[in-house]
Amino acid sequence: MSEKVKEPLFSKKNKKLITDPLSENNPVTVQVLGICSALAITVSIEQAVVMSLSVLFVVATGNVVVSLMRNLIPDRIRIIVQLVAAASLVIIVNEVLKAYLPDMAEKLSVFVGLIITNCILMGRYEAFAMANKPWPSFLDGIGNSLGYGWILVVVSIFRELFGTGKLFGVQIMGDAVEGTGAYSVGYMNNNLIILAPFALFCVAIVIWVQRSINKNLIEH
Amino acid sequence: MDLINIAIKGIFVENMIFAYFLGMCSYLAVSKTVKTATGLGAAVIFVLAVTVPVNWLLENYILKEGALSWMGEEYASLDLSFLSFIMFIAVVAAIVQLVEMLVEKFAPALYGALGIFLPLIAVNCSILGAALFMQERQYSTITEATVFATSSGIGWFIAIVAIAAIREKIKYSHVPAPLKGLGITFIITGLMGIAFMSFSGISF
Repeated sequence: MSEKVKEPLFSKKNKKLITDPLSENNPVTVQVLGICSALAITVSIEQAVVMSLSVLFVVATGNVVVSLMRNLIPDRIRIIVQLVAAASLVIIVNEVLKAYLPDMAEKLSVFVGLIITNCILMGRYEAFAMANKPWPSFLDGIGNSLGYGWILVVVSIFRELFGTGKLFGVQIMGDAVEGTGAYSVGYMNNNLIILAPFALFCVAIVIWVQRSINKNLIEH
Repeated sequence: MDLINIAIKGIFVENMIFAYFLGMCSYLAVSKTVKTATGLGAAVIFVLAVTVPVNWLLENYILKEGALSWMGEEYASLDLSFLSFIMFIAVVAAIVQLVEMLVEKFAPALYGALGIFLPLIAVNCSILGAALFMQERQYSTITEATVFATSSGIGWFIAIVAIAAIREKIKYSHVPAPLKGLGITFIITGLMGIAFMSFSGISF
């Protein structure tokens, strides 16, 4: 007479689902997924945050949806089913952004649509949600998108601060025209950092630092 | 002349990898050897050259505001463009499936080498990205859309073959251990991106 023990909502295993992707198994720096958007929209923190939240929504809800349907989806057409689930969620995100944050929607341009092809999504749907119950899938989605989000935010802080002297759109390095604050001691905005290739260097530095701290991740 | 302009823009100035970072995941994952990189690059060119024109037709005859007027007066005011994501991705997925079957039949060795990355072309952002750029930039004829797609594909091909060649050589250099593999590839891509930026401003 064994009574099924109910697993607590935040058991050790479930907590690991959230903490693992933050560093040890980070989607961007370790699994190399979702790089495109991580690089293209990190020009300002605001964009990075909006993008991360959109991804969070799409991955977490999508994971739950796919997980609920996992026993009904025929194996052969699972990729298309997953893509349709992702596309419908992204349409919701896109319409909401257009309605409430039209400026932001304009700035992110095609990259909102490209959440559909963000590999983190398909990776999580395929590797996790197809094999797990809805609640762990939900946590897994949250964990992975947070792991994605923090890289985006770190890179964008770096780029926005040194590229424009602003943080969250607020000028904090002083006034460039009047030469106050940091500008008075010879600091200058580095316009190169705004340009696309420098996002790659920023991510490379994040990877460098992370792998120096955690030697297990070094490739041979 | 306009077409040449679009082509040069697609290949060099607005290179999918170096200017927009589209298709980075497979770019990073499949660029270890030149051989597989060439195969994937060719597949991407083909998929782009087929999907974008198909999506152009969808966009102009079904999705765009007023595009349905060929069905009759009462449909002329419909705007289905919110459906474009789902329609575009369905087209891409279907055509990738087709390519997969063709490659399996006619080039089994390549099929084995590409493995999981062949079906993953469906989620290669450069494909959907090109469709969305096509929508955003409103190319007026299907020829323009096709030229744009093919040239973006060629740009992607050049990028992945070049990085694969560099990575084959870099195996023999002393890279700081934490930068090995992924890190150094990012840095090289960044440097190539800067090099490609020198093309901006070119127009015919």
